[in-house]
Amino acid sequence: MSESETDAEEGAARRREPGYGTYFKVWAALACLTALTVTSASLNLGKIAILVVLAIAGTKAVLVLLYFMHLRYERRLLVKLLVPIVVATLAIFIGLTYTDILYR
Amino acid sequence: MGDTVHEASGPYFAPAGGRPGLLGWITTTNHKRIGILYLSLIGTFFTAAVVLGVLMRIQMQSPGMRLMDARTYNVMFTLHGIIQIFLVVIPGIPTIFGNFALPMLIGSNDMAFPRLNLFSWYLFLAGALLAAVAVFTNGGAPDTGWTFYVPFSLKTTVNVPLATFAVFVLGMSSILTGINIVTTVHQLRAPGMTFFRMPLSVWGLYSTAWVQILATPIIGITMLLIVVERLFGIGVFDPTKGGDPLLYQHLFWIYSHPAVYIMILPAMGIISDIFPVFSRKNIFGYKMIAFSSLAIASVGSLVWGHHMYVSGQSDTADIVFSLLTFLVAVPSAIKVFNWIATMYKGSIRLDPPFLFALTFVVLFSVGGLTGLLLGALSSDVQLHDTYFVVGHFHYIIFGGFGFGLFAALHYWFPKMTGRMYSKRAAILGWLVTFVGFNAFYFPFLIMGWEGMPRRYYAYLPKFASLQGFSSVGSYVMVAGLAVIFVNLLVSARRGEKAPANPWGGATLEWTLPSPPPLESWEKAPTVVKGPYDFSGIEEGR
Amino acid sequence: MSERESAYDPDRGRIGMWLFICTEILIFGGLFLLYSVYRYKHSADFHAAALNLSRLDGTLNTMVLITSSLTAALGVHELRSGRPGRSRLYIACTLLLACVFLVVKAFEWGAKFEHGLYPGASHLLSLPPGQILYFGLYFTMTGLHAIHVIVGMGVFGFCLRSISKGSTSASRPVLIENATLFWHLVDIIWIFLFPLFYLIS
Repeated sequence: MSESETDAEEGAARRREPGYGTYFKVWAALACLTALTVTSASLNLGKIAILVVLAIAGTKAVLVLLYFMHLRYERRLLVKLLVPIVVATLAIFIGLTYTDILYR
Repeated sequence: MGDTVHEASGPYFAPAGGRPGLLGWITTTNHKRIGILYLSLIGTFFTAAVVLGVLMRIQMQSPGMRLMDARTYNVMFTLHGIIQIFLVVIPGIPTIFGNFALPMLIGSNDMAFPRLNLFSWYLFLAGALLAAVAVFTNGGAPDTGWTFYVPFSLKTTVNVPLATFAVFVLGMSSILTGINIVTTVHQLRAPGMTFFRMPLSVWGLYSTAWVQILATPIIGITMLLIVVERLFGIGVFDPTKGGDPLLYQHLFWIYSHPAVYIMILPAMGIISDIFPVFSRKNIFGYKMIAFSSLAIASVGSLVWGHHMYVSGQSDTADIVFSLLTFLVAVPSAIKVFNWIATMYKGSIRLDPPFLFALTFVVLFSVGGLTGLLLGALSSDVQLHDTYFVVGHFHYIIFGGFGFGLFAALHYWFPKMTGRMYSKRAAILGWLVTFVGFNAFYFPFLIMGWEGMPRRYYAYLPKFASLQGFSSVGSYVMVAGLAVIFVNLLVSARRGEKAPANPWGGATLEWTLPSPPPLESWEKAPTVVKGPYDFSGIEEGR
Repeated sequence: MSERESAYDPDRGRIGMWLFICTEILIFGGLFLLYSVYRYKHSADFHAAALNLSRLDGTLNTMVLITSSLTAALGVHELRSGRPGRSRLYIACTLLLACVFLVVKAFEWGAKFEHGLYPGASHLLSLPPGQILYFGLYFTMTGLHAIHVIVGMGVFGFCLRSISKGSTSASRPVLIENATLFWHLVDIIWIFLFPLFYLIS
């Protein structure tokens, strides 16, 4: 790497954000998980298929949130709590609706 | 204090450098001016909705009255509901007083996003205009009730798509206001103002803002789905295509129940500011009130199914939602006890803001207690869709938010206008409104109990005397409202000049001149004591 | 507004943007609620309907969006490292990949229209209700997502201009940071849409 590029990597580390290496590794992980989820779909997993697929999608989303969206490096507690709050809110909305759907 | 305040600037409403006149107002990014912009629109919409309400009461005055036919009556209560709920009560306090007062209450010179603030106002105006256009185009005003229930809203030939799209736009405005308020409270508090030194009105606005952010998107998508369903027939709410109309009700109430907490929490917050000032005593249980605001916001998002007990949802859902509904009453009750306890051994001054605040507590309590009857499954089966429900929510919303709004107007009027209103006229207006209000709505509770269905334009002779009495009560109430508003409007121009701190309040806005300049502070004030610490503060006149 | 007040607060814009992102997640959340209920009620029909979608196109689009997220993130990185030229290059790549996504989507939708599998089509209406709902949700959710893609592209276009004018730079990167936050959200939504519509086994 040239000098300015090494400086940039150090600058990134100081600013607490990912460097090129991290970004590409995350991209590779996302690609692998995509391949994994497509393969799982042809495996006929029956009832747990939806759970597997959601787990993989969830993992991909978490990777994007943590590294691409910098939550891993976020200093403000408020921002770090937002996605968990939203997920919890959605879970409640969907969950309570199911008290109707499941038992009608 | 004086050296941190702008001395030489004129009031915020005087022509400032930049664009003159009306153009200057509608391109402003200043929080005080934007608050007034909202006040002018909301005051207009409220008046329109009251007129619709009076027309409805004339229709209901006697069993044979035919001022309008059934369909027109449906349009009346639909528009009355849409205007009051989406254009007055939901935006009301966050946009008028959240904008005008919040920055001052936390020692800031403006909101976090001033230009976004102006954009919120434009969206609000756009939503209102779209709704108005919907009334006159493509089949005319909706007759579905403000709740737009399917399947009727999908089939009725009136302009449902534009009306629901208007609600969508208003929802966007509300979301942006919520984002502005949360960011402002987190980022712009003056040095020394910790979260637990914030006035409780700020806690009220803050909790509300979270509900605006987390709940409003659901009504957004629900209204969009109505439009998409009508235009493209995707089938999600259409039983002939496998859709479930109850899912519409779930999605609708997932927002619309938390919406009622958007309506009441800011009002409760302001009441929590007013009680200490007029009892000249620290609030009882500051932290409990602060946490109860958060509790109401969160638990209140879990109870929406209580609007659907008899809709066909499962018994399990009925039971779960009923239990949660009883839980949400607890934090509200805590507030009521704490307000009363604040008065104990206090030095009470029955000025108009406090009169409205006291009536708030009484009327809100009546509304809340009637809510228990509706929250309980067995009684709700009898009372659902009757006048009892209409009485309940008018006690809560009008008695609660409405009187809370009047309290806020009378409390901050000197700050907003630099003048004082006639206290006698205010007390007269308060009294007439209060008497008229109860004469109007208490019969609703009785009639509903006896089986009078809601949203009907005619009724059995046995309800005639109560309906007639109620209508007269409504006219008295409107007369009272007229006294209140004429008093405020006239005094805004010709009232006696008001001092900076006419009530002897200890929160930061009272350290600024009445009216304040565009920029409140040259240097942010340093906060060293709590919001209800009256040591060193002169008592009000 | 006094200059003191607009003194640069690096957190303010980011907090506001994240709050906005929360609202977007919730808007799609409402649609996911509907999807979840209808799939639960009509799982066989959903599986049959999903066979009409091309897994190849879906997988391709998924990789296109993931890669566009990478280029967008690198665009921010380069700007914050003080290299606006490279930043604009990466943003241009993001825009290109977004176009590819939309083109593939247009072909997919076109194929559905040809086969009479769109809301209101008589062929679709002759199918079981679960399949009608599947396609109703498919067009609504991918349509709403596509609108967000287009909006994101518009914002990036605005970023390009802002970078070349210098109003967005290493010392004031808020605009492009917020634009890419939005873009990553668009990516995350697709990360869920893809398996839920294309991979129903």
